[in-house]
Amino acid sequence: MSTNKRKALQPHPYDYLLRTDRIPHIWCPGCGIGTVFGCVLAAIQKSGFPLDDVAMVSGIGCTGRMAGYLNLDSFHTTHGRAIPFATGLKLAKPESCVIVTSGDGDLFAIGGNHLIHAARRNMDLTVVCVNNFNYGMTGGQMAPSTPFGAKTTTSPIGNFEEPFNFCSLAAACGAVYVARWTALHIRWITDSLSEAIQKRGFSFVEILAPCPTSFGRRNKIRSAVELLKFFHERSVIRNHIDPKDAVLDFNKHLIVGKFVDIERPTFLDNYQLIIRRELGDWPGLERQIPQPEKP
Amino acid sequence: MTGTYFMNGDEACCEGAIAAGCRFFAGYPITPATEIAERMSERLPEMGGIFIQMEDELASMAAILGASWGGMKAMTSTSGPGFSLMMENISLGLCTETPCVVCNVQRAGPSTGLPTLVAQGDMMQARWGAHGHYEIIAVSPSSPQEMFDFTIWAFNLSEQYRLPVIILADEVVGHMNERVAIPPPDEIQIINRKKPTMPPEKYQAYRPDSDGVAAMATFGDGYHMHVTGLTHDQRGYPVMEADTQEEMITRLVQKVRKNSDRIIRYETFSLEDAEVAVVAYGISVRSAKRAVAEARERGIKAGLVKLNTIWPFPEKMIRDLAGKVRALIMPEINYGQMVLELERCAGGRCPVLLVSHAGGTIIRPERILTVLEATLKETA
Repeated sequence: MSTNKRKALQPHPYDYLLRTDRIPHIWCPGCGIGTVFGCVLAAIQKSGFPLDDVAMVSGIGCTGRMAGYLNLDSFHTTHGRAIPFATGLKLAKPESCVIVTSGDGDLFAIGGNHLIHAARRNMDLTVVCVNNFNYGMTGGQMAPSTPFGAKTTTSPIGNFEEPFNFCSLAAACGAVYVARWTALHIRWITDSLSEAIQKRGFSFVEILAPCPTSFGRRNKIRSAVELLKFFHERSVIRNHIDPKDAVLDFNKHLIVGKFVDIERPTFLDNYQLIIRRELGDWPGLERQIPQPEKP
Repeated sequence: MTGTYFMNGDEACCEGAIAAGCRFFAGYPITPATEIAERMSERLPEMGGIFIQMEDELASMAAILGASWGGMKAMTSTSGPGFSLMMENISLGLCTETPCVVCNVQRAGPSTGLPTLVAQGDMMQARWGAHGHYEIIAVSPSSPQEMFDFTIWAFNLSEQYRLPVIILADEVVGHMNERVAIPPPDEIQIINRKKPTMPPEKYQAYRPDSDGVAAMATFGDGYHMHVTGLTHDQRGYPVMEADTQEEMITRLVQKVRKNSDRIIRYETFSLEDAEVAVVAYGISVRSAKRAVAEARERGIKAGLVKLNTIWPFPEKMIRDLAGKVRALIMPEINYGQMVLELERCAGGRCPVLLVSHAGGTIIRPERILTVLEATLKETA
C-alpha cells in the first residue's frame, strides 16, 4: 500500500456526521449538492447545537437524498411535504433545531403552498433550497426555477414559462432570514447557514447549484466546471437589497447575497402569548405584540 | 373531564383523543368533521398541547407524522375530499410505521357531494386508497359514546402496532348529540409505543420484536435514526432491491395479520339461534338493531353482528356465521363496498344481500326489515 493511499483513508473531519456506511452517495459527478451538504455539516458543527437535538427533514429529489447521509435523526418524507412534516417535528420538540433540505421543485412546485404558509407562520425552521434549475432525479424536467427559454426534457424547444424568484417569494411570505449563493460561495453558504440555524423563525437559504448531467447537458453547458465558471462570472453580491430586485438573469447577472435578516415573533412565541392570555382582545392586539427594534 | 355529558360525536372524539394522551392536532376544516378541529383548538392549548390549522390536508397529515416522530400522540380529522388528500402521507405513515390517528367523518360523495349529509362511501378508500400494498386498521363507531371509546382504542392500536389508524365515522354519528360517559383516567387503558432500551449503536429502527413490531425511537433520544418512505432495511436505510421490498412488505402486512385476533372486535345481538343475520357497521348499526328487534317481534329469528373493526375484516367469524345462517344482510350507505368483503368471506355458504343507499340519509329500519322478511320467505 502506498503512502498516498494510506493518506486517503484518513477520516474526514465531518465523518462523524455522515452515515459513512451509505457512501458512495447517489449524486452525479459535478453535482453541486455535495458541496451544499458539506456546508450544512459545517454549519451544524458551528452552531453548537447538541447533535441529538438536530434533525434534518427532506422531501423527494436529488437534494431530498441529503437526509439519508446525515448521521443524525433524519427524515426523508414525501414529495413537497418536508416542511409540514418538519412543522410537526419542530412543534413536538420546540427546543430542537430542524433543518429542511430540498430542491427547487420539491419546495416551490409541489410544496409551494406549504413553504408560503410556514413562512407566514414564521415557523422556526431552516430551509435550505438547492436550486439546480430542473428536476434532476427524474432526468431533467422543467421546474418552477427553469429559466425562460431553457431546454429540459419537458420543454424540449425551450421553456415558455417564467421562473419564480424564490428569495423574493420567501421574503414576501414573511421569512425572517433570506439569502442566496451559488455553490461556489462555500464560505458564504456556511456563514449564511450558521446564521439561519441560529435565527429564530423561518429562514431560507437558496443555493444555485450546477446540474451538468441534466440541466447543463441540454443547455450547452456540458461540464460542471463550465457551469461553475458561468456562476463565477455572472454572480454579483448585493447584500441587503430588496429581494424582489435580486433577479437571476442568465444573460446578465445572477444576484446573490444576504437579503433579509429581521426579527419577528415565531409561531410558538405567539401561540404562547395568546394561550397565556397576556394580550387583550382583538382588535388592537397588534400594538401589544412585542415589536423588534428596527435593524 | 370525568363525568357524563351530552355531546356530539365529533366532540366525543376530541375527548377520547385527549384521554388517550393526544397532545398534537393538525387539521383543516371540513364539514362534517370541523367540530373536531374546533374543539381541539379550544382544548389542546389548555392541556399544554399543540393545535395547528394547516394549509391543507396534505400538510395536516404530514405534520402529525412529524409530531409523532417528535414523541407526541397526534391526530387529524377530515371528511371525504380531505381524506383523499391525506392518502399520500397515510402511505408514508404506513411505510415508516408511524403511529397516529385519522378520523374520517364520512359525508356523501363522490367529490364535494353532500357535505352536510351522511354516507359510508370511504370504506374501501380507507383500505386501499393509499398507494402500495399494506394492511390497515380501521374502526367504526356507531354513537358519540363509541366516538369517545373508539378514539382511545384507535390510539392504543396505533401505538401498539405502529401505524396510522383510521376512525371511519360518519356525519350522523359525528353530529348526533347523545350521552357520553367519560370514565376516570385510571379506568382508561392506555397503550404507549415501545421505546428502544438498547444503546444507540445496537438500535435498528425497523427490527421487529416477537410481536412483529419494532421499538420506536423519538427524535432527540440520541438514536440518530433514519426514517424514509423509500423501501428500507431493518436499519431504516433505503435499499432498492426486490428482496428488501419483500422483507419490508411482509413486516408491514404480518404485524397486522398475525395480530388480527387481538385487533378485531365485533359485538353480536340475538345471534345464537338466528336464521338470518344482519352485519352492520357505523350508523347503520342503529337501523339494523331496530330492524332485528322488530323482526324478532314478528317471530323472525334475526340476529345482528356489529362490526367495531372494519379493517382487518373478521374473516373467520363471517365464514363460520355463513355456515350457520340462511342469509347475511348488510345495510350500508353506499352501493356495495363492505358487502363485497362479506360475500368473499361467506364463500358461497349462504346468500349475501345488500341494503344500499346512495347517501344523504340513513337507511331506514323498515327497509332492512323488509329484506329480512323477504329473505326468509325466499330461502324457506
